[in-house]
Amino acid sequence: MTTTDAPQAAPPPTASRRIGDAVFAGLARGSGLLILVILAGVAAFLVIQAWPSLSANTANFLTSTEWEANVREAPAFGVAALAFGTLLAAAVALLLATPVAVGIALFIVYYAPRRLASVLGYLVDLLAAIPSVVYGLWGIGFLAPRLVPVFGGLTEHLGWIPLFSGPASTSGRTILTASIVLAVMILPIITAMSRDVFKQVPQGHREAALAMGATRWEMIRLAVLPFGRSGVVGGAMLGLGRALGETMAVAMILSPSLVISFDLLQSGNQTIAAHIALQYPEATGYGVSALIAAGLVLFAITLAVNMGARYIVARGSKEA
Amino acid sequence: MAKRIDVSGLHVYYGDFLAVEDVSMTIEPRSVTAFIGSSGCGKSTFLRTLNRMHEVTPGAYARGKVLLDDLDVYGPDVDPVLVRSEVGMVFQRANPFPTMSIYDNVIAGARLNNKRMSRSRADDLVEESLRGANLWEEVKDRLHKPGSGLSGGQQQRLCIARATAVRPSVLLMDEPCSALDPISTLAIEDLIHQLKEDYTIVIVTHNMQQAARVSDRTAFFNLAGPGKPGRLIEMGETNQMFTRPEKKETENYITGRFG
Repeated sequence: MTTTDAPQAAPPPTASRRIGDAVFAGLARGSGLLILVILAGVAAFLVIQAWPSLSANTANFLTSTEWEANVREAPAFGVAALAFGTLLAAAVALLLATPVAVGIALFIVYYAPRRLASVLGYLVDLLAAIPSVVYGLWGIGFLAPRLVPVFGGLTEHLGWIPLFSGPASTSGRTILTASIVLAVMILPIITAMSRDVFKQVPQGHREAALAMGATRWEMIRLAVLPFGRSGVVGGAMLGLGRALGETMAVAMILSPSLVISFDLLQSGNQTIAAHIALQYPEATGYGVSALIAAGLVLFAITLAVNMGARYIVARGSKEA
Repeated sequence: MAKRIDVSGLHVYYGDFLAVEDVSMTIEPRSVTAFIGSSGCGKSTFLRTLNRMHEVTPGAYARGKVLLDDLDVYGPDVDPVLVRSEVGMVFQRANPFPTMSIYDNVIAGARLNNKRMSRSRADDLVEESLRGANLWEEVKDRLHKPGSGLSGGQQQRLCIARATAVRPSVLLMDEPCSALDPISTLAIEDLIHQLKEDYTIVIVTHNMQQAARVSDRTAFFNLAGPGKPGRLIEMGETNQMFTRPEKKETENYITGRFG
């Protein structure tokens, strides 16, 4: 995009330079367009492939909880239970992860000695590099059995809270176990975003708080948290996006059944992503098309969450 | 309410680097003391030792004695948080909390010490502090709007109101007018004149006319040489400092002949 055509005594730019410019501009523009094409292509693929089953569906796709799609005629399936399970698992994971992530970020930025802080930051980033199938193994092989007595205790003492009503699962393979594993998986991204924004709190704001007799915690409450709120929310939303789409770990941990239930400690519930992964190999008839329709819903939810995150982060940075 | 500050043999360090060397001085209550000197001579650094804000910088510390009436500021059992609620500070750049309203900014410090302040007491304190900072008439109709919406001079007076709402006995001001226009500067200087009725005021300034206008006593700091620590060269009545300084260095600085 160079327009240096004013007549000058100096020699004109060499031709090779211009070609390089044009090639680079073309590559950059092409890459930018490619992302739009891919996104539109995925959306179009999902809609086209989902359409046969959606038009033949005899149940209400959005409100039904049954899944009788592996037939050649009159399939009856709905995404309600799956969407509910997806949102529940992700929401619980977010509730568990966000306070811990904010705590880690505050510790790294404002409490830890410099050397410990860098080691800790590196370790948290390392959590993000662990493959999700390993998290799945950890969840089913280590975490689930150890959580069984905890769940028993929860139903016994806090059973009056609907979330914790019994009887608790004896396998530990519940939506809460899945949420805990998801929470560990989304911890790094929320921590990283929070840490970055906490580091950017202007020194003037922090000193203003300290200079009027604030303790370190009061300084954090007065100056750091209000400033960092939008970054934390943005990080949480990105984490939520990951939790919504996570497949492998959830598929391994949950013992699925298609119900809508707030009981975190009982077997039941299933997420869209795990459902697709488990059902796809056995799908016949309208089955594949129906799974793609479920995928379309997941795509829409994730897109909405990510756009929400962008909006919140952008609005926050304008205020600051 | 105002208290006397007695400094003796204070050395100020950033890690291994000695920034200010062996300062002893007395700062009188209910008066304005100005610190003048070229950039980097350590006057702001020294100011920040008076409320233990200096040590907020990693690796920074001070050795020596600072007495606030009979409170040993650097005593082994003294909580810096307590010192800072006794010795308030106003910074070079106005720094109201951006997410808080004008009202919440003023009350923020006072709430730290008194969490269960009643609504009416809080209202009274906000009005009193804003009146004390000559800002009440300008903001009384928009107390619950963000403080960041005010002009630079108003924001600085808001910061002064916020500092006085904690009821300190000393107010430290680190070049409070250097980012302000002349009208706003005048407003702050008028305010300093009023505040010295109740507070001990210490102000760092690069503006010699300002030092001459607002202060009762003036302290001149200078570097012993390039890379050497800053020292207190001379301190005395402002009138005398600006007309008949005792030291040649002071005279050179005041008349604009540096070095």
